[in-house]
Amino acid sequence: MPKKFLSGDEAFAEGVRLAKPDVISAYPITPQTIVVERLSEMVEDGSLDAEFIHVESEHSALSCAIGASAAGVRAFTATSSQGLLYMAECLTYASGGRFPIVMMNANRSTALPWNIYGDQRDSLSLLDSGWIQAYAENAQESLDLALMSFYIAENEKVSTPFMVNLDGFTVTHTYEEADVPEASAAENFLPPYRTENKLDLESPKNMAFSAGPEHNYIFKYKEHRAMLEAVSVIEEAERKFAEIFGRSYTGLIEEYLTEDADFVIVTLGSIAGLCRETADKLRAAGKKVGVVRIRYMRPFPASQLAAALKNAKAAAVLEKDISFGNEGAVFSEVNSALFRYGTFIPTYNFIGGLGGRNISASDIESIFEAMEKGLSEKINFIGIGGERQ
Amino acid sequence: MIEILWLGRGGQGAFTAAKLLGAAYSAKGGEYFALAFPSFGPERRGAPVRAFTKLDGKPVLDRSETEKADYIVILDETLYSEGLTKSLKNGGKILINSKSRGKYQSGENISVFDGNAIAAELGLPTANTVMLGFLAAASGAVSAEDICLSIDGYMPEKIREKNKAAVLRTEKEAVK
Repeated sequence: MPKKFLSGDEAFAEGVRLAKPDVISAYPITPQTIVVERLSEMVEDGSLDAEFIHVESEHSALSCAIGASAAGVRAFTATSSQGLLYMAECLTYASGGRFPIVMMNANRSTALPWNIYGDQRDSLSLLDSGWIQAYAENAQESLDLALMSFYIAENEKVSTPFMVNLDGFTVTHTYEEADVPEASAAENFLPPYRTENKLDLESPKNMAFSAGPEHNYIFKYKEHRAMLEAVSVIEEAERKFAEIFGRSYTGLIEEYLTEDADFVIVTLGSIAGLCRETADKLRAAGKKVGVVRIRYMRPFPASQLAAALKNAKAAAVLEKDISFGNEGAVFSEVNSALFRYGTFIPTYNFIGGLGGRNISASDIESIFEAMEKGLSEKINFIGIGGERQ
Repeated sequence: MIEILWLGRGGQGAFTAAKLLGAAYSAKGGEYFALAFPSFGPERRGAPVRAFTKLDGKPVLDRSETEKADYIVILDETLYSEGLTKSLKNGGKILINSKSRGKYQSGENISVFDGNAIAAELGLPTANTVMLGFLAAASGAVSAEDICLSIDGYMPEKIREKNKAAVLRTEKEAVK
C-alpha cells in the first residue's frame, strides 16, 4: 500500500473515494472545505464516479443526501460547526428514516464569539440526534473510518447514519504519513450498498410518513436497538478491516496502560496522543498512569469504560466541551456509565481547548498530578482553575 | 525530536516548505516520522505566517505548536527580531534569507543565506525551496535528493524542475 503525506481532510477524502459514494452533496465550511474540494476534483478528473451536487446551504446538503439515500444509493456529505448546527433539523430525518448516510464533521467551536478553531462542542451538542458518532485521532484513522463508517452504517441491522469527527486543524489541517489502500482491497472490504429501504417502482412503499403516539414510540425504540446493534457490527468491521488492510482498531474505546493504572485520563480525539506520551513519561518515573480514548460517543461505551476503570483509584475526563450550567458533556456520560455498572471511583472533569486553545504536555501532567493529590474541585478549567474559583 | 519553525509571509510558501520537508523525511521509511502544519487561521497574502515541521524516530504525538525550535527558518528577513533566540532550543539555529550577512550578529546561532539571489536566477517567485535546501544542508535531517523526491510527489508538475534545481544548487552553495 503506498504511503502518502496527507492532511486529515485529504486522508478522509481518499477514504471516501475508495468507498465510492454515488452522491456527494456539499457546502464548504472551514476547516472541512478541503474534503469536498478534493472530492470535487476527483469527480472532475474521473477518479471518482459520483454525482457531486453543489447546494446552497448545509440544510440542503443533508436534505440532498437524504433524498439520495431514499433512492437507494450511497450518499456522503461533510460539514463543521455552524454548518452542522444549521443541518440539525435534518439530522433526525436521516436517523429516523434509517438512512445510512456518512458525514464527516470537522470539529470546530460554535459562535459567539465567532471562532473557526477546533473544539468538540458542535458534535457533542448533537449526541441525541440518532447518529453514530466516532472521533478520529489522526489522518490514518480518519481514512480508515471513512471506509469503515459506510460498512457499519449500511449493515441491515444498523441502518443508521454515521458522523465521523475530526478535530478541526489539529487533524484536518495537519500533515502526516498515511497508508492509502488500493481500490481493489477497498472493494473486498466494502460491498456495494443494497437496501429495501428505498423508493422503488417495482415494490412501492410509503416513506417519511407520520406515526401517531402508539407507533412513534416503537419506531424510536427500534432506532435505539439498531444503534446498539452497531456495537457488534463495529467489531465485525474492524476484524475484516484488519484481515484486509493489516491495521487493527479496538472498538468503542482504546486503552493505554490501564491494566494496572491508578490514575487514568479519559479523553477523545487528537489530544489522546499527547496524553499517551505524557503517560509514558510518568510511567518512566514510576507513576502508574493510563489513558482511555473514547473512539465512539454513540453508541456509548458504558460497560467498556466501567470495566477499563474498575481498578483505578481515580479518573479524569479531559474534553474540549462544556454544557453551560452543568459540566462537560462527556464527563456526565462517563459518570453515568460508571454509576450504572458499579465502578465507584472519584472522577474529575478537566475542560480545555475551547475555541482552539492549546492543551500542552504540562497541562496533561498536571491532570495526572491533581488526581494523585485528590482535588476538592470536581469541575476544572485548564488555565483558569476550579469552578468555584 | 527535531522541530523546525518556518517564518514567512502569506504567498511565500512557508507551509509548502514545511510540508515538503515532512514528506521527504517520512518517505525515508522505517523509523522516520514527521508532522507538518501551518499556524491555523484565516490566510492573507503578505501577512506574517508560521509553519511547523516536527521530525522524530517515532510517531509524533504532540500536535501542538512548537515553543522551542531546533531551527527557525526565516523567508522574509523583516520578520527577524532578536527576541527570536528565546524560541530556540540550546544549540538551535536561525537561518535567515538575506543578502546582507553583516546586518546580523554573526553568532553561532545565526546563519545567513542569500536565497532570493538563487530564486531570482532560476526564475522562482519565492525562495522557500532554496531555504529548504539550506536547512537540509545545515541540519543533515534530509538530503537534497530526498527533497527532490518529495517535490516530485507533492508539487505541481510545471514547477518541479526549477524547484529541484534550486534545492540541488543550494546544497552545493551551502557547503562552500
